[in-house]
Amino acid sequence: MSERLRILIAKPGLDGHDRGAKVVARALRDAGMEVIYTGLRQTPEMIVEAALQEDVDAVGLSILSGAHMTLVPRVIEGLRAAGLSHVKVFVGGIIPDEDVPALQEQGVVAIFGPGASTQVIAETIRRALSEG
Amino acid sequence: MDWVTQALAGDRRALARLISFVEDDGPQAHRALALLHPHSGHAHIIGVTGAPGTGKSTLVNELAKGLRAQGRTVGIVAVDPTSPFTGGALLGDRVRMRDLAGDPGIFIRSMATRGSLGGLAQATGDVVKVLDAVGFAVVLVETVGVGQAEVDIARTAHTTVVVEAPGLGDEVQALKAGLLEIADLLVVNKADRPGAAQTARALEAMLDLGRSDNGWRPPVLQTVALDGTGVDAALEAIAAHRAYLQESGQWARRERERARADLLRVLERELLHRLRARAGEDVLEHWVERVAARQVDVYTAAAALLDGLP
Repeated sequence: MSERLRILIAKPGLDGHDRGAKVVARALRDAGMEVIYTGLRQTPEMIVEAALQEDVDAVGLSILSGAHMTLVPRVIEGLRAAGLSHVKVFVGGIIPDEDVPALQEQGVVAIFGPGASTQVIAETIRRALSEG
Repeated sequence: MDWVTQALAGDRRALARLISFVEDDGPQAHRALALLHPHSGHAHIIGVTGAPGTGKSTLVNELAKGLRAQGRTVGIVAVDPTSPFTGGALLGDRVRMRDLAGDPGIFIRSMATRGSLGGLAQATGDVVKVLDAVGFAVVLVETVGVGQAEVDIARTAHTTVVVEAPGLGDEVQALKAGLLEIADLLVVNKADRPGAAQTARALEAMLDLGRSDNGWRPPVLQTVALDGTGVDAALEAIAAHRAYLQESGQWARRERERARADLLRVLERELLHRLRARAGEDVLEHWVERVAARQVDVYTAAAALLDGLP
């Protein structure tokens, strides 16, 4: 793995609330990572393609629309199909507690809700990636 | 080396891994580049540069769409700055390139400058070479948002497009040395805004004043990249510039110049590397101390260190 962590921050789904994604992107930048920010309304296919081209170590998905139970599995499956099962996935947004176990089972390494400190987010991601 | 073979065979994941190796530098990257070098030299390398916010990414998006409509494959390298404080970077050029998603004839890679100051990253030239070698017909290189003097792109690209926006300066700005001098094409983007014609006139006036050293006068074009206005004309001008380079023999000359610059750059780095390895950090520190204590000046110290080099 490169000494410089590369993280894709993507916003799948149709809602237009990208403030959280931008805050996280900025925080990871400040934590010394190279953040590829793709902007709003990305389909799972677009996210997988960007993850592949950019050779990222992790993908962060910001989802506030409630569609996480369909979008997250599609991204994870897409990554696997593209030969990118080593890419870690973390999720931020409004995720009800009862959905957390299912997402973790899918392979999501971390879930951050509103109010999560940016420092904790950066540290959690770094730790998840150093575990390989 | 597996990644090279696979990337040459069209495997996009292998290509992405290969670019990472090259970006991180090191012996593995050098071996890969040695294998790729004979395959390179076919792509038309187009640089797109200009101040932040002039619309470079949006223009690159439109140019790539136009080139794809002509049936040509396009590799894109988009460079954004690395923070000098944290080493991190926010690479946001893909936001404007979403039209290009899902097209197997396109490959986009974002790069951070990683401390380089000339508008590109140290490894940008090598990443371009990788995209060229695996067969992309055109490689578009978008620089960081530049000021006046970040002109590395002119040494990397065959054709350099300098993007301006209306209202960024008067005729005196247009007279200054640096960015405008490297333009093979001047594009006034956001031409639907007031002052576009004025900016274009100032640029034309600048061109009237000089530079008759070769047979190419950079055309001044106006575009609105957001809706695609003027992009076809820009593509025609880019094609005309390529034809000019080839007919005038400048294409070969630029290739030679680039080979020379690359060789000198690598030599510089390797020589320094060897010197440091042979002299040892202790000896280097010893001379640093002496210079800092005003016992000796830097030139004398450097000469002494070099004399010790076999």
